[in-house]
Amino acid sequence: MAMKLRAPGWYRATAFVGLGVLFALGLTSAVRAASGLDPVIAGEAWLLVGLIAVPLFFLVGIGCFDYWFRWAAGKPTVPEDHSSHGAHSWRDYFRVNTDHKVIGIQYVVTSFFFLFIGGAVAMIMRAELAQPGTQIVDGQTFNGLFSVHAALLIFLFIIPVFAGLANYVIPLMIGAPDMAFPRLNALSFWMLPVAGTMMVASFLVGPFASGWTAYAPLSTTQPIGQMFFTIGVQFAGASSIATALNFLVTIITMRAPGLSFFRLPLLVWANFSTSLLVVIATPFIAASQFFVLLDYGLGFNFFSASRNGDVLMYQHVFWFYSHPAVYIMMLPGFGIVSEILAVKARKPIFGYRMMAFSLLAIVVLGFTVWAHHMFVSGMQDWIRVPMMVTTAIIAVPTGIKIFSWLATLWRGVLHIDTPMLFALGFLTMFTLGGISGVALAMLPFVIHVSDSYFIVAHIHYVLFGGSLFTVYAGVYYWFPKMTGRMYDETLGKVHFWVTFIMFNVTFAPMHLVGIEGMPRRVSDYPEQFASWNLAISVASIFLGLSTLIFVYNMVSSWVGGPKATANPWRALTLEWQVSSPPPIFNFDAVPTVVGGPYEYGVPGAVHGVFPDPDKDGADAAKQQPATTPSVAQ
Amino acid sequence: MTEETPSGGRRSLARMLGIGLVASVLGVGLGLAIDWFPVQASTQASTIDTLYDVLIAVSVPIFVLVSVVVLYCVWRFRARPGQELEDGAPIHGDTRLEVIWTALPAVLLIALCTYAFVALDDIEAAQPDERRIRVTAQQYAWSFEYPNPRGGEPIRAEELVLVEGETVRFDIRALDVIHSFWVPAFRMKRDAVPGITTQLRITPNRRGRYPVVCAELCGLGHAFMRATANVVSRQEFDAWMAQQTQGTQERGG
Ligand SMILES: [Cu+2]
Ligand SMILES: [Cu+2]
Repeated sequence: MAMKLRAPGWYRATAFVGLGVLFALGLTSAVRAASGLDPVIAGEAWLLVGLIAVPLFFLVGIGCFDYWFRWAAGKPTVPEDHSSHGAHSWRDYFRVNTDHKVIGIQYVVTSFFFLFIGGAVAMIMRAELAQPGTQIVDGQTFNGLFSVHAALLIFLFIIPVFAGLANYVIPLMIGAPDMAFPRLNALSFWMLPVAGTMMVASFLVGPFASGWTAYAPLSTTQPIGQMFFTIGVQFAGASSIATALNFLVTIITMRAPGLSFFRLPLLVWANFSTSLLVVIATPFIAASQFFVLLDYGLGFNFFSASRNGDVLMYQHVFWFYSHPAVYIMMLPGFGIVSEILAVKARKPIFGYRMMAFSLLAIVVLGFTVWAHHMFVSGMQDWIRVPMMVTTAIIAVPTGIKIFSWLATLWRGVLHIDTPMLFALGFLTMFTLGGISGVALAMLPFVIHVSDSYFIVAHIHYVLFGGSLFTVYAGVYYWFPKMTGRMYDETLGKVHFWVTFIMFNVTFAPMHLVGIEGMPRRVSDYPEQFASWNLAISVASIFLGLSTLIFVYNMVSSWVGGPKATANPWRALTLEWQVSSPPPIFNFDAVPTVVGGPYEYGVPGAVHGVFPDPDKDGADAAKQQPATTPSVAQ
Repeated sequence: MTEETPSGGRRSLARMLGIGLVASVLGVGLGLAIDWFPVQASTQASTIDTLYDVLIAVSVPIFVLVSVVVLYCVWRFRARPGQELEDGAPIHGDTRLEVIWTALPAVLLIALCTYAFVALDDIEAAQPDERRIRVTAQQYAWSFEYPNPRGGEPIRAEELVLVEGETVRFDIRALDVIHSFWVPAFRMKRDAVPGITTQLRITPNRRGRYPVVCAELCGLGHAFMRATANVVSRQEFDAWMAQQTQGTQERGG
């Protein structure tokens, strides 16, 4: 037992959580006693400090810091000790692990877990909204439901699931044995369940109910549940920033010989761009929530108007992150779709360089549009027009991508399987979301529809029809690589069609009810919106159920699906040139990259060559035709 | 590689564009036929609704075109039996095409922005003889204050009474958290922000009763924070105002 408590793992983590609780009690009581506050033991203060302290104690307990502590204490460290690298049984997925492939799967599975919680929360909301009046939950609980729904799906699903897929794929794609900072990578992952658990646990004290936007001064005057969001976001944000730095260093410094930036697969470009956005923007949401925390906990009055606080300041700081965040939630999906369309259409990506440059253009322009969320907020009037123009113009690089994907399909040989269906579904649905986005730049129109259901429709076309479709596409596409098994194609197609149809029935009518005058974030509405809301609620049930098909397919295929070959899609990029799943350090021999990643249909083209262990040099590999690249088993 | 000749490709392209054109016309027709908006009860409403029609006419063809290209490619270029190991045509790009689909949307968007800017100027233009009404938002009710024609204490009302054809300038404030003053029938909205006074201008032009909605989440009663805007004739308004001022007569007169 003592051994177990000393070794990193769940026993020690549990003990440390207890220590964290005691630490919070001790600290708050000592400070309160010293400042002469009565009572000395105050539940809310204890809880508030505990929300910060307990997760840190947990992370130490589970073992995220063991190596660094040893190193800082001057004790002998073992740099070649790979005892926590790679998974040998399912238990290894529940431990601190430094293998990017294990971490990638930990990320994806954890994110999907929170997707299902967030989705279930949405279904309770739709049940309440099926009829006008109050049936299931009261106003405050309803506000809590949509707040938790949005917070989970943004911070615990879309952002981390992309980080997870990229974590798995990018080192393989660039010919690297792992990420640049494997221990930091593990720490990044373990902060996620912490943030997610915190947000879900807010239901124990009454959930945070000021929306995922947490506008002050509503958020600073809410019950204690609000702090589960305010502090949870700090952990999710720190995780995000650390991962982004890791990706940037990995992509810049660990590319295989010959893999210049313009030979990188677009998924790598996309995550490079996303990581730039994350490291520049995410500190701003952290700041906005620190302001709220200080206002709430210590009475700093940043946002209380009666004490000369500035209410609009919150929104500027918040949206300076949260607009770029929509691209953080979109660009990795662009990368996934580029991979899939090229492979499944058997064609090079049309206009590769423009595809890369348009990503960078979005990164730059993404920082110039934030105030379009504040068009009716009462900020200085003159800011609106330049922000309208930049918001419209950012559609140009996005348009370039859509047209280039369409041109990639033209005269290809299209394999319409599940990843391809989701990629094509994304192409059409994201176009619709982009178009309503341009409409939302148009000032006179947005004065009417801002904060209406039109906004709800728009963001779900962008984040569900856009991001989630690309996530599904990516998960199906790399499933054979990650698990070594094939998924069930028929179930995959059924999953796509049910999702695609029910998604549209659920979200398309929201455009209409929004324009007709239904505000967002309401638990009740006038009779005139009743029939549309009922239809939406019924469709949302089927949309929710469609995920069960996906879960069944994933679980049963992972357990007992047919064995996958190294390269079932005949793809050129490096991750498909190693076995499925890949060896523990990815490449037995470092590949050399000699050409572009998408040279399908070009006779004799090769992306990477592997040194042949039997013969010296890479001549044998070079002579392989393009469609059957050399496979290192 | 497909055996297609370039001329065959051009025929395919023409056929696809033809389908796209027909579908676009149908789509725009459908988009314009849908009754999107609530009644128009202000001069601002008609400007905004027209802008929306223009947006429909411009954006539906773009969506239809993208969808048609996807569907056409799926139909025309899907792998047929025996093609399992074939590749597509190794086309890497086309500079002329890429310039076109960068420049054309940019021009279109700038044109839309210009139009939107003109429309914005139009709906926010100041008018002579505006009536000023103070809107106060607090959890979870609206109240409206009119200058007292007899001087003295302003007239406070729970219902927003407006004169048909008379421009009103609202001075909006909030006492606790952020709210948002929205009358869908007028198409206009502005947040009520603690600490500052925000402005909004509306010219009602249709008599009737319309909902006033709080559009910014403001707490547990947010969904129920509603009031009524009652647009009446000048005579009716004067009668209403006289009735309201009776209580203040002694002090004001
Ligand atoms: Cu935005
Ligand atoms: Cu309100």
